[in-house]
Amino acid sequence: MEKENQLLEEIANSEYEYGFVTNIETDKLPEGLNEDTIRFISAKKQEPEWLLEYRLKGYQAFLRSKMPEWQNFKMPDIDFQAISYYAEPKPKKQLQSLDEVDPELLETFEKLGIPLNEQKLLAGVAVDAVFDSVSIATTYKGKLKELGIIFCSFSEAVKEHPELVKKYMGSVVPHSDNIFASLNTAAFSDGSFVYIPKGVRCPMELSTYFRINAQNTGQFERTLIIADEGSYVSYLEGCTAPRRDENQLHAAVVELIAMEGAEIKYSTVQNWYPGDKDGKGGIYNFVTKRGICKGRKSRISWTQVETGSAITWKYPSVILQGDDSEAEFYSVAVTKNKQLADTGTKMMHLGKNTKSRIISKGISAGHSHNSYRGLVYVGPKADYARNFTQCDSLLLGDRCGAHTFPYIETKNKTATIEHEATTSKIGEDQVFYLNQRGIDDEKAVALIVNGYVRDVINQLPMEFAVEAQKLLAISLEGSVG
Amino acid sequence: MLSIKNLQAQVEDKQILKGLNLTINPGEVHAIMGPNGSGKSSLASVLAGRDAYEVTGGEVEFYGKDLLELSPEDRAREGLFLAFQYPVEIPGVSNINFLKTAMNEIRAYKGLEPLDAKSFLKLSKEKQQLVEFDAKLVNRCLNEGFSGGEKKRNEIFQLAMLEPRLAILDETDSGLDIDALRIVANGVNALRSKDNAFVVITHYQRLLDYIVPDFVHVLFDGKIIKSGTKVLALELEEKGYDWLKESVHAPIV
Repeated sequence: MEKENQLLEEIANSEYEYGFVTNIETDKLPEGLNEDTIRFISAKKQEPEWLLEYRLKGYQAFLRSKMPEWQNFKMPDIDFQAISYYAEPKPKKQLQSLDEVDPELLETFEKLGIPLNEQKLLAGVAVDAVFDSVSIATTYKGKLKELGIIFCSFSEAVKEHPELVKKYMGSVVPHSDNIFASLNTAAFSDGSFVYIPKGVRCPMELSTYFRINAQNTGQFERTLIIADEGSYVSYLEGCTAPRRDENQLHAAVVELIAMEGAEIKYSTVQNWYPGDKDGKGGIYNFVTKRGICKGRKSRISWTQVETGSAITWKYPSVILQGDDSEAEFYSVAVTKNKQLADTGTKMMHLGKNTKSRIISKGISAGHSHNSYRGLVYVGPKADYARNFTQCDSLLLGDRCGAHTFPYIETKNKTATIEHEATTSKIGEDQVFYLNQRGIDDEKAVALIVNGYVRDVINQLPMEFAVEAQKLLAISLEGSVG
Repeated sequence: MLSIKNLQAQVEDKQILKGLNLTINPGEVHAIMGPNGSGKSSLASVLAGRDAYEVTGGEVEFYGKDLLELSPEDRAREGLFLAFQYPVEIPGVSNINFLKTAMNEIRAYKGLEPLDAKSFLKLSKEKQQLVEFDAKLVNRCLNEGFSGGEKKRNEIFQLAMLEPRLAILDETDSGLDIDALRIVANGVNALRSKDNAFVVITHYQRLLDYIVPDFVHVLFDGKIIKSGTKVLALELEEKGYDWLKESVHAPIV
């Protein structure tokens, strides 16, 4: 027992491996948020009048909103006026190729293991790298363009495809949805935009790396993905952030729209700086992610691997509006030290014969608390809706917490809803068995954990799955430093 | 290779081993028999380094090293293998990946490069045949949903792959039908060599018809109370343990 506790101690206290800061001059707005700040951001980005008005609507909603109180942790006092709402690396000139990108920035990507080069093409990945709110480089656009696929930064979409942005922005997550979504609407900096035309199967995984860098800069990303009739797209979002002493707010909004027969797969690996072992620093991650299966037989699938952030508050959800539509939510959430995670999903069944599946795997270590919160709603017209939920928790040590808050609300008698839940501790017997085969404690725990999350990891695209496994190993092993 | 002197150990303040002596040389097969609760499986656990067991006295030397000073994984890397009485299930971890990890950890300890995928698969195929292990089980998750017999056979497959210098088989025969028993025994016999040794812990003489031991020891109340050859096992089969117990408990006047 003594030994086991010692091991858990080491694992729980391991340091964040990706903590480093890149020193690049930033063009930064003074702290605070008001109508002038919003006008500044909008003007800086040369936005049309309608978008500025929409931002201001978001700001008004933000002013009216209260902080949520239902989550299973004490909400920190966030001083929204102490945050700077805009920062961008100073552009030297318009960049055409990687050679022109700041070498220091490239080095940062290198450290993160993000090969922003031709290898990605071979691997079938196009990368739109977002660095401190502004897109630095976008690759393989030409290839996608041939197919009529639009994959660009949000600002660019506003300029080039205003009709699409205007039509769909805020159609899934309204500007008044919650305080963080309102804040994002008011002050969003940049993000990604994807449009897949009718009947087109996007031939490569689309991926974007987000990164917070400038100190005290909140990051407010906005992502909008529209899959037109019969199309398919797989989108990857991954992020790591440098270490910080002060808390940073991250309030992203992601909207997915799947038309008839379309399918969107959205995968996330989230590894923002979680704070040190005493819980000092770390990112506050308040994210609103929602998709709508708008047309018949459409599909949306969320897969997330959440290892970072001091606080994670996110519920990637799906509105199943089209008949026969399907939605999935696969999640691994790891918390250690004093991390807090309150995450899960909402499946809103509105159409007939709609199906949803929820697989959630929580892993808690140290003094952390890990909560699953899920809502399955079946509306009066959703005949024969079906949901399956499996919700497992794994505890490492005896000072952490795992909590489950499943909500089921059904207004239709034909619904079938299944819920399974387990809570287990990593078995001493399992660790010893692996020890006896020459595998040390750290590797043993990594093996057991990777086995435990396999159902979720298998949902990730191959390349991402390998990264995610490494990330889990790094997160849980004491091997760092 | 292994020398156990006056070994004493306890679990939660209960003395289990009370001064056990045993010497094993390369090429030998030792059978350890004894009634329930005599300490047979405890001996296996203590040698493998299970945390719950506290060694309170005595010494164990393995190839000149103080075994008791080594961590469980280092004991394994030194070539001590325990075929578990109750192998655990580890859901989601593939049998083959687990074995590859184990093998490369052991190789790294010896300063060897990891085995490349091709050689590893080749070796795995050879060993599967040697111990008649079902290829389907190789790719399943570690013992997950395996029958009792399949789990035991997986232990022997692992033994074949890891090629330890000393293998302890803890009641590997329990729960096996006669065909599985034969397959397991054939596997062990195929792996016997002049360089390695086996300790076979069993309740039944039956197994010893297949794996013929060089020595048979009777463990009772935490000590070896009698040693002999295969003949001893036959004698036990016939007479039970009581005649030996009586000799131990004979009142001292």
